[in-house]
Amino acid sequence: MTDSKITIAGVEYGSRLLVGTGKYKDMAETAEAIAASGTEIVTFAVRRTNLGQNADEPSLLDVISPEKYTLLPNTAACYTADDAVRTCRLARELLDGHDLVKLEVLGDEKTLFPNVVETLKAAETLINDGFKVMVYTSDDPIIAKQLAEMGCVAVMPLAAPIGSGLGIRNPHNIRMILEDATVPIIVDAGVGTASDAAIVMELGCDGVLMNTAIAAAQKPVLMASAMKKAVEAGREAFCAGRMPRKMYASASSPIDGTFF
Amino acid sequence: MNVHVNGKVESLPTDCSITILIEQMDLVGKRIAVELNLDIVPKSEHLQTQLKEGDVVEIVHAIGGG
Repeated sequence: MTDSKITIAGVEYGSRLLVGTGKYKDMAETAEAIAASGTEIVTFAVRRTNLGQNADEPSLLDVISPEKYTLLPNTAACYTADDAVRTCRLARELLDGHDLVKLEVLGDEKTLFPNVVETLKAAETLINDGFKVMVYTSDDPIIAKQLAEMGCVAVMPLAAPIGSGLGIRNPHNIRMILEDATVPIIVDAGVGTASDAAIVMELGCDGVLMNTAIAAAQKPVLMASAMKKAVEAGREAFCAGRMPRKMYASASSPIDGTFF
Repeated sequence: MNVHVNGKVESLPTDCSITILIEQMDLVGKRIAVELNLDIVPKSEHLQTQLKEGDVVEIVHAIGGG
């Protein structure tokens, strides 16, 4: 296995790292970090336009151009299926009919865990309305399977709470999700540093989506570069197949030919 | 007439279309999307979509988020 591309909704991408655009110091840092990450898919939020203020403020879409990146509008801050569907419809209009979306319907502000019931409802409505849905969900293998069977184009279980940087808390569940996967499985949320991203990829995930791990690093651009390498290294290690773990040592130098 | 735009009441002339509203709000040429009373108004329909008293308009754009 030497593949390096991920296919989402029929489109191939060379990078398995997906990134967010929140929490950066300014637009220049956002653009620089995103370029350093090597990503091809960039997620953003949809919010009310400021009226009558900061008229000359650069827009995110001027910095992260839809010609260069695949833009992935998200439904962050939505707590009901209705709000998420409404957000996706506005995003599709905003992007001139582009219909790939990141669906997230949240349960509460403290955990930002998904409200799975509302997520399923929203996913069904959006798929029926022609959207290609990449869906943020819990690391529950049963729900992950249901979302794939409904027609979501990627299932994105969390590794840990959004913005927590705790790393992958339940690798066993992620492995169970991967075992039955029929669509790309992309870990979304919880990565804190490069080794976390590598572990996600070593498990066999198809990709990883992150925002805070890069944006909240001391040097976001350098961390973006580290994440690019970690995702590549983790994927290569998964494809290479790791050695079995052993209890005791096994010498690397031969015993034959020793002269002492 | 009064129309709700992004949660604020705006006083607009009668015979105001979405296109005129966008001009008034200084948003010409910006990447935005418009919703009128919970329905999307496609860009191609901004010119002929007339606002009326009590309408609720949302104008959105892309911002940083994860």
